[in-house]
Order: sequence, then C-alpha cells, then structure tokens
Amino acid sequence: MSLLEVQGLSRSFGGLKAVDGVGFAAQAEKITAVIGPNGAGKSTLFNLISGSIAPDSGQVAFDGAEITGRQPHEIARLGVSRTFQGIKLAKGMTALENVMIGRHTRSRAGFLSAMLALPWSRSEERSIREEAMRAIELLGIAQYASRPAGSLPFGIQRSVELARALASEPRLLLLDEPASGLNVRETRVLSELILRIRGMGISVLVVEHDMSLVMGISDEVVVLNFGRKIAQGRPKEIQADPEVISIYLGEDDA
Amino acid sequence: MHSALFLQYFFSGLVYGSIYAAVAIGFNIVYNATGIINFAQGEFAMLGGMLASTLALRLPLWAAVAAAVAVAAAAGALSERLFLRGAAKRGVFGMIVTTIGLSILIREAALLAWGPSVRTLPFFSGSEISSLSILGAHFSPQVLWVLGATALLVGGLTAFYKLTMMGKAMRGCAADRAGASLCGINPDAMVTIAFALAAGIGALGGAVVAPLTQTHYGIGAELSIKGFTVAAFGGLGDSMAAVVAGLLLGMLESFSILVVPEAYKDVVTICVLLGLLFIKPSGLFGSRTRLALKEY
Amino acid sequence: MRLQRLLPAAILAACAFALPPLFAAMGVAFLLTQLTMSAYYALASLGLCALMGYAGQISLGQAGFFAIGGYASAFLCTRDLGAAAAPSGLVRLLDSSGLLVRWTDPYGKALLTLAPALSGLCAVLLAVLVAALLGTPVLRLKGHYLAMATLGFGIVIEKVARGTKALGGADGISAVPGLAILPGLSVTGGRAARSANFTIAWIVLALGILVLTNLVRSRPGRALRALRDGEEAAAAMGVDTARYKLKVFVIAAAFAAIAGVLLTHYNGSIGPGEAASTRSVRYVAIVAVGGMDNLVGTLVSGLVLNFLSLRGVFGSFDDAVFGAILILVMLMSPEGKAARAFRSLLPKRKVAGR
Repeated sequence: MSLLEVQGLSRSFGGLKAVDGVGFAAQAEKITAVIGPNGAGKSTLFNLISGSIAPDSGQVAFDGAEITGRQPHEIARLGVSRTFQGIKLAKGMTALENVMIGRHTRSRAGFLSAMLALPWSRSEERSIREEAMRAIELLGIAQYASRPAGSLPFGIQRSVELARALASEPRLLLLDEPASGLNVRETRVLSELILRIRGMGISVLVVEHDMSLVMGISDEVVVLNFGRKIAQGRPKEIQADPEVISIYLGEDDA
Repeated sequence: MHSALFLQYFFSGLVYGSIYAAVAIGFNIVYNATGIINFAQGEFAMLGGMLASTLALRLPLWAAVAAAVAVAAAAGALSERLFLRGAAKRGVFGMIVTTIGLSILIREAALLAWGPSVRTLPFFSGSEISSLSILGAHFSPQVLWVLGATALLVGGLTAFYKLTMMGKAMRGCAADRAGASLCGINPDAMVTIAFALAAGIGALGGAVVAPLTQTHYGIGAELSIKGFTVAAFGGLGDSMAAVVAGLLLGMLESFSILVVPEAYKDVVTICVLLGLLFIKPSGLFGSRTRLALKEY
Repeated sequence: MRLQRLLPAAILAACAFALPPLFAAMGVAFLLTQLTMSAYYALASLGLCALMGYAGQISLGQAGFFAIGGYASAFLCTRDLGAAAAPSGLVRLLDSSGLLVRWTDPYGKALLTLAPALSGLCAVLLAVLVAALLGTPVLRLKGHYLAMATLGFGIVIEKVARGTKALGGADGISAVPGLAILPGLSVTGGRAARSANFTIAWIVLALGILVLTNLVRSRPGRALRALRDGEEAAAAMGVDTARYKLKVFVIAAAFAAIAGVLLTHYNGSIGPGEAASTRSVRYVAIVAVGGMDNLVGTLVSGLVLNFLSLRGVFGSFDDAVFGAILILVMLMSPEGKAARAFRSLLPKRKVAGR
C-alpha cells in the first residue's frame, strides 16, 4: 500500500480546470517529484493534498485513511507537513519560535494548563524548544535562531520553513518549489538535505521546476500538463519520454 | 391593519430607508475607489443635517442645503488627505481604527459646535402641518422630496459614472490603478474626489430627511452601521442594490414596531446585519462576479 | 526568564499593598478610588490585548461583554425573589442551600436575593456563554466585517440595556450590594473599604496579567501569534485556527465580564453607558497605544489613560481624546507592529481558498 494515494482529483476555478482527474501514488520512504510547465496545476495539486483547498471530485488517501476535503490542521496531525512556495513564516516571531510551531502537533499544552503554568506544560515547553533547536541545527542555521524571521536572508528563511516542517516529525513532507530563489550551490545543499531527510525515514513529495534537483534525487517523477497527468516513472524514463520532452521543448529549467 | 396606519409605517420606512441608502452609497463609492470601508461615513450624513440647520437661519433653504453638502464634501476630501492617505498602507486594521477615530473626532467636533440638542430643518415645501393624502393616509410632502432626492441621486450617479469623463476615470482607477495612471489619470486625485463625493451624498441624504427625522450630533454612529448593513445587504460595491436594500431595511425597521418594543427597533437592523454576515457576506443580491464588476 | 515573566504581576502586587498606606500618609488617599476603577478597566483591556494583539482579531465589542458581566450580576443580586406571597420551589431550594441573602436596600426595602458572589459568578458564566455562541460565526469573518459584527454586538447590548425596564432603562441598576470574596472582605464602595478594595483590584489585575503572560509565552500563545501572522501556515502546522480564535475570544470576554462584575459591585451601580461603542473604542485605543501585542504596554496605558480620564483631565473631550489617540497611533507607527500584526487581514488576491 502506498503512503499517499491520489485518485481522480479535480478542481476548477471559474471555468478553468486547474487539476483534471489526476491520480498517482507516492511510496513510503521515497522521493516523489511533481513537475510540469507553469500553469500545469502543480501548486493546486499540492493545496488539494494538504487540505488548503477542497477538490471538486476525487480522493486523497494518506496511509490508507481518506483525507479528502479534511481541514489542513487535521491532515497535519496525521503526519503530513508542508512548506510553501512563497515562504510563509510568522515574520514577527524569531526563527526559533517559528520552528517551535512545528512542534505543535507533537505537544499537548492547552490554554488552561498554559495560563496556570502547570509544571508539566512548562517542561513540555522546554522539550519543544530543544526539539526545535535540533531541527534548526540539522539545517545549520543555529546562529539565526533568535533573529526575527522577517529580518533573515531569503535562503535562511527557506531553511527555517524547512526546519519547521521537520520539527513536526512528519511521515510525509510536501515541499512546494523548495529550490525557487536559490542559487546553484544552495540548490546542491538542498538536494543533499532532501536525501538526508529520506534517509531519516521521511517520505517526500516535491513540486519543483529545477530539473537538476528533480532528476538528481527523485525516485519517482509525475509529470503534469494543463492539469492532467501525462507521465509517471523513474527519472531516466521521464527524461526519455517523447511527450514530456515535447512539452518542455525550448524551455531550459536547469 | 388599518390601511392608513400601514401607509404611515410604509412612508416612515421609505424615509429612513433613503438615508440609509445614501450612507450606503457613500460606503460603496469609497470602497470601490479604495477598498476602504470608511466607518465615518455616517458622520457626514449627520453633518449634512446639522450644517443645513444652521445655515438655513441665514440663507434661503436651497442655498443652505447646497452649502451644507459642499462643506461636507470638503470635509470628506480633507479627512482623506489628512488621515487616510497613509492609512491604506497600514493594513486593514489601521484603516478600521483610523476611520473610527475620525468618526469620533467629527462627532465630538459637532458636539462642540452645536451642543447636544436636537435640531431640525424647515420643510422644503409647506410646513410641519401640510400633508398630502393617499388612500386615507396623510404624509408630508417632504417624503416626496426625499424620494425625489434619492431618485435624482441614483440617476445622477449613474450618469456621472457612465457618461462623464471624471466618472469614467474613477471607474478606471477602481478597476486598475496602475493602468489608469498610465492613461494620465491621477489616482490620488480620484480617491480624494471619491471621498468628497461620498461625503456630499451622505450630507444630502441627511439634509433631506432632517425635517422629518430631526438630527443631532450623535446619530452618525448608528447611521454608519445601518448604512454598512445596507451596503453589505445589497452586496458591497453595488449602489443600485444598496438603494433597494436600504428601502427594504427601512421598511423592516419601521414595521418591526409591530412585533418588537420600540426601544429595540435598532436591534432589529443590527441583528439583520449579523445574520447577513454569517449567512451570506456577499449580500442578498451580491455574488462574487458581481462584486468583481464593481460599478459604483 | 522566569523573573521577567513574574515581574509585572509582582510589581502590581507590591503596589496593591504598599500604595494605600503610602497615599494615606501623603494625604492623597482619595486617589485610590480612581486607581481602583482604572485597574478594572485595565483588566478588560488586557483581555482585548490577548485577542487583538496576539491573535490578531479585532473586536469593537469588548464593552458589550463588560456590560453583560456588570448588568447580569447587578440584576441577579438586586432582583427580589421574596416578593411573591408563596416562594417557588426553586427559591426555597436556593434559600436552603445558603445561596440567597436577606438584606435591606438603601431605600429600606427588605429583599431576598441571590448572593452577590453567586450572581457575579453567574454573570461571568453568562458572558462566556454568549462569547462562545457569538464567537463561532463571528470569528469566521475577517477585517472590516469582523469589526462591524463586533460593533453591532456591542450596540445590541447597549440598546437592550438602555431599553429594558427591568434593567433600569437609561438609569441602569443602582443600589448594588458589595460582593463578598472572603468573610469580612468584599468588593464594595465607601471610604471604609477603600484601601482594601484598591488592594483587591490590583491583586486581581496582577493575577490577570500573570495568567495572560503565561499564555502568550506558551504553546497556545505561540499558536495564536502564528495564526495572526499567517493563518494558512499555522493551520498547515496543525493549529486548529477556528478553535483557537474562539478560545481567546472567550477569554477576552471573560476578562471583560470579570472586570464588569467587580467594578459594578465597587461602584454600586451600572448604566448603559458602560456598553457604549465609545467605550469599546477606548479599549481598542488602549491596546493600540500599548503596542498591540504588548501586555505590559496595554497594562500601563490602561491604568494611565483611564486614571487621567476619571480624574477629568480630558474634560468633556474624553471620547475625542481616545479617538485622536487612535488616529495618532496609527499615523505614527509606520509599518509598525499594528501593520505587521494585521498583514494577515489584508484582502488576499487568491484565486480560491478555504
């Protein structure tokens, strides 16, 4: 059984069918990439899976359980975390605090216990901080931990967002164009990081334009065009697929 | 119910509905031009009545009303330039808070200038006791003035927006600010004009109903919220619908006396607002696409 | 870290005990009255700070909850249950449970009413219930619509208070007895109780800010700030945004209601003016001046501004001053905390969303 199964997913906006009957499966502990030209429906697909938008039709199942149309926070609690294409950090909070939000699903302290500063909630807070620091150190951004997130360089903000997602100890990590805005060196560092993440037992679903990243690390590639899936397979197969080549003809995304 | 009584309530509903509609139109004009909802809108309606009541002591009535409208329009333009120009950059909260602060300032200034007493305006034609009669119900000729003014307002605005250069320029700015400025239109000036127009219209409404409803310094807040209710009811940004919604709401409020004690009359309007916001925020007649068209 | 968390509350507690004898020695004991009232208004402002500053939800209805607290408590403890010739079963049950009191009002009338402590408790519970019911639909709104809805709520409360004979109409409810906290210690007016009541008020305020400070420095507090600064991301990280908004809305209402109850028993009366929208605007102004997501700032501005207002420093321009404060604060904070905090409220040009 696949970790993530998408079947017949469709969503329209106005008259435009952004996602049209897309179906695929992402395997556990593998890196699955979703690629396609601009406007192919990749981001919409992501939003449908993560629960930000509800589909018009189709199903999404995670770990055998149906998550179609569920609220984003419920899906997060099942072990799915994501990053966003335009970075969505709380700019007023420090990098560490942002990553600590990632521990939300792994902690319990509620309003009452927090307001009364009950001992167990205080010690949970300490462990939230420790785990968050661990994720921050994993991404090598420890020196930025107490800086307000809005003041950080773009590449570091990306890392903070990734640390936040990792802090939640997800089973499935959705990465929405993680390489956008990164230079060649940074992209390479990112590739290595994603491989390390897979090594930690976390499955990855990544939407990306950058072909070198995609082809370099993916176990499986899904190709979308005009909202439809037109190909799926190993990177080498996709690279050789004539239909895929034709839709990318003339576009060099490396 | 006695038909005469029914018609009394009916006309009362029309009169109050008209002023709510006028305030609502003001909301819509500013909203369409700037995306701001100006909480102070009701205060301009108050100013219209108050200014006219003072000026009417010295000027012929028509001149007093015209002058009141002009002054209110100027006040609208001034408040935009002074307070609201920068507020747009501070996000929605900044705009809400600034316009509320503005409404308080206007209200307190009115209290300072005119005191807390209730004021009234002479009737445009005839006097308090003159009345026309339909189906046995008597109503003041002022009601016809109110309805006439409302019709003129709607007709005038439609003509303005569709036929005059300035009106078209404002619509252009509302739809696409950058594009409009590329065509040589000054978007900032258009915004100021929109505020002035909205204030003037509110003032006109306030002045026209003042003989019937009296006016005092404190009515602005209620007019604002009721005007917003009407604007939302009709779909924010759509003034034709606002007029219909305004008259409907005025009726609702007027006839609610039959089921609810008079003291709670205003509560009815607000509960309508709350219910509306919960159920269908795009308004009774509104829809997403209609809002996108953003006429006036 | 721990010290920083406890400091404001500690200072307030110290003042609670130190100021009365100090003021008495300086001959300005009369100031204690207004400082007591200021503390209760500041308490209501603190609740609003948690809601507006930290969770980013604007509410123009805080005075409504204050009034629900005050009016409900005043009504329940002044409503004569012994008027009927044969007391009903419920009344007899309450009486035998010791929940009723017999007392004589200032006009010499003998009354049998709910004990003030109990009426106060019921009043707060009522406010919490109203907040829970109202909050569920209202908090789905954003920006202007939320502001209008909460403003509308406040106006409804004011109209009901003003227009209902049983609530005293425009005169409100007076002859409200003191609320006994402990044997011998009650929230009530009068010179004899002045010092003790100042202490009570400032201790309550200290507890209030302690509890809220604990909240904002914790997991739920962080979740609130995250949902303020980016609701979509917060939800993606597992924060149930609707439930969190509702909880803080209820907490803010509770703070306002508690303040309303205590102030009403302290003053011995309440009037519809406490529910007026201008009051709600004041609470908003105080939070804004305090720096939005700044509990201590709200505390200080709440105490200072209310004290000045009660002393009459603003004269008849009371409301105008708060209005001007609002405008000034907005104009003078370029891209400041307020703007940052509410960027999430900006109309999003998304194609679609939930």
